[in-house]
Amino acid sequence: MKLSHAFALTILAATLGLQGCGKEQTTSSGLVVKIGSVAPLTGPQAHLGKDNDNGARLAIEEVNAQNLVIGGKKVHFELISEDDQADPKTATIVAQKLVDQKVNAVIGHLNSGATIPASKIYHDAGVVQISPSATAIPYTQQGFKNAFRVMTNDEQQGKVLGEFAVKQMAAKKIAIIDDRTAYGQGLADQFEKAAKAGGAEILAREYTTDRATDFLAILTTIKGGQPDVVFYGGMDAQAGPMVKQMRSLGLNAKFLGGDGTQSREFIKIAGADAEGVTASTPGLPMEKMPGGSGFLKKFESKYGKIQIYAPYAYDAAMTLVDAMKKADSVDPAKYLPVLAQIRRNGVTGPIAFDAKGDVKGGAVTLYQVKGGNWVPLQTMGQEAPPAADASPAADGKSPFSAGY
Amino acid sequence: MDIFLQQIINGIVLGSVYALVALGYTMVYGILGLINFAHGEVVMIGAMVALAVINALSGTALPGPVIVLLGLMVAMPTCMALGYGIERIAYRPLRHAPRLAALITAIGVSIVLQNSAMIIWGRQYITFPPLLPSKPHFVAGAAISDLQIFIVLLAALIMVGLLFLVHRTRLGRAMRATAQNAEVAGLMGVNINTIISITFIVGSALAAVAGLMVSGYYGLAHYYMGFSLGLKAFTAAVLGGIGNLGGAMLGGLLLGIIESLGAGYIGQLTGGFLGSNYQDVFAFFVLILVLVFRPSGLLGERIAERA
Repeated sequence: MKLSHAFALTILAATLGLQGCGKEQTTSSGLVVKIGSVAPLTGPQAHLGKDNDNGARLAIEEVNAQNLVIGGKKVHFELISEDDQADPKTATIVAQKLVDQKVNAVIGHLNSGATIPASKIYHDAGVVQISPSATAIPYTQQGFKNAFRVMTNDEQQGKVLGEFAVKQMAAKKIAIIDDRTAYGQGLADQFEKAAKAGGAEILAREYTTDRATDFLAILTTIKGGQPDVVFYGGMDAQAGPMVKQMRSLGLNAKFLGGDGTQSREFIKIAGADAEGVTASTPGLPMEKMPGGSGFLKKFESKYGKIQIYAPYAYDAAMTLVDAMKKADSVDPAKYLPVLAQIRRNGVTGPIAFDAKGDVKGGAVTLYQVKGGNWVPLQTMGQEAPPAADASPAADGKSPFSAGY
Repeated sequence: MDIFLQQIINGIVLGSVYALVALGYTMVYGILGLINFAHGEVVMIGAMVALAVINALSGTALPGPVIVLLGLMVAMPTCMALGYGIERIAYRPLRHAPRLAALITAIGVSIVLQNSAMIIWGRQYITFPPLLPSKPHFVAGAAISDLQIFIVLLAALIMVGLLFLVHRTRLGRAMRATAQNAEVAGLMGVNINTIISITFIVGSALAAVAGLMVSGYYGLAHYYMGFSLGLKAFTAAVLGGIGNLGGAMLGGLLLGIIESLGAGYIGQLTGGFLGSNYQDVFAFFVLILVLVFRPSGLLGERIAERA
């Protein structure tokens, strides 16, 4: 009993001590800036969430190693990771938690369905938010001046996918499945619009959830209509088993998906059935990203293979810090206008925001699984024009010297 | 017609797995009146352990089915030990505590197991190597694979075995006696603690088989898989009448078939008003209907006897 009391007191003291630190914004060594990083760290999408978190962490660690001085003070960035379980309700809870901890800005969330409800809380609290991977259109349509994203939204991606299905895959009859999340549904809607405009017939709109593993029932219904292409709006954890189950039912339609499908994990899950699957991700292929190879080396030596969005999370964090540097302030009121006007070269490409907070430029790359790897097929749409006052990339060579 | 047949096949295979997991819930409930929410996680641990062994051996020259069997041989004792441990550490000290305490402990155990699995095996999906034949046979236009046939047959065999154990052996008689009245059974010379331990061990062994089946069927395992599977199996147990072995089997099969038919036909039946996103709603709607008219489930006994 004595022991456990002592233990409880220690815990209590430690907690109080931590809280004491938390309230303190400046330490003897300088300014501490707290940045939240939110993604699903548990649940079916934990592998993607950890990938995002690692991307942001890599950026923050690099920045801390540079011993930045902002506004005459030495600045130390502290990354606070939170887990939203890819769930809209949990997302608002952790958003409030981060606001209560007085974070300066948030890198996140991963899923559109989580990002959108959380953005209201960040907006009301005056916390700057940059999402690395939320692509659903409504996120930046709410009129929030503090909300940004570094990945092109689904309007462009859905259009590219729809046109690709009709033109390149010569699809006449298409079945569409989505996972009823803001992302999956939004992407599927945009895809449907583009595919219909291209003259394809939409056989069926079927639905699943972002936690499901059994799709045999809806696939059986779809099989009855004999589609040429099955499109899935959702994440890899569903897309992988879905492709396998399609083949086990003898449904030989081509499978097409968006960025949620284009992960390493998808190929692992679907195995041999992954061959020939096509999926798109906004942005350039890794090897064509201006800072791609350098980032890949740094990231993989530390955290292992990239899933999908880590470079975008890295860019989101770097863009945020860059805006603070340029504004010479960590006060959101001061650096927010600078962030809105920023022009810089990230590892994923040039980063500049439009009036809504969407990243400018609309390149979408299509990939196909060949020999157990995602191979870029083609990049559609244009990258943003070179930024006039773009600062040179970290390696000193501007990727825009060729000018495109 | 072939679509309807295919949906029934899908439903029966899915239902067999539900039934196997539901048996674990119903056995524990029958004897202790406790809903062991950690049971879904035991299924997950079974799948994870089996896959760890299978993946380690998949490079060797051993034939596929032998490797799978070896995986099961390791997973089963692991789960049995786990089931025994859970009961001994988490539930036994609370046996005479209010029921809510045990229920919350069960949820706690489930969280501990899930997070331990995440720490041990990571956040990645663990895939089942292509050891088993998956080429479908076509029967009247409906696809069915050897694996699906095997899953249904094995589940049926295990259920028959379990029914024999409970209704035809001395151990089974002791189990039934404990379920009816633990105190009196104890007075008659039944060692209650042993019987309860054995119940958990048998249920966990079934969970290991179910875990291997699910991971082989869907080709993957994940530390999170136990949650939704456990929830569905629990629903199946309630549908059939929790505490009743036959009820768990019937409930599992019914739930599987209802889900398949619901997802497959709900759109057509409602003229597109409700889509397949309502498949779970449909399954739970049936559950509510059954419980309104038969509060203790399809084959359940009257609740008054227990309470």
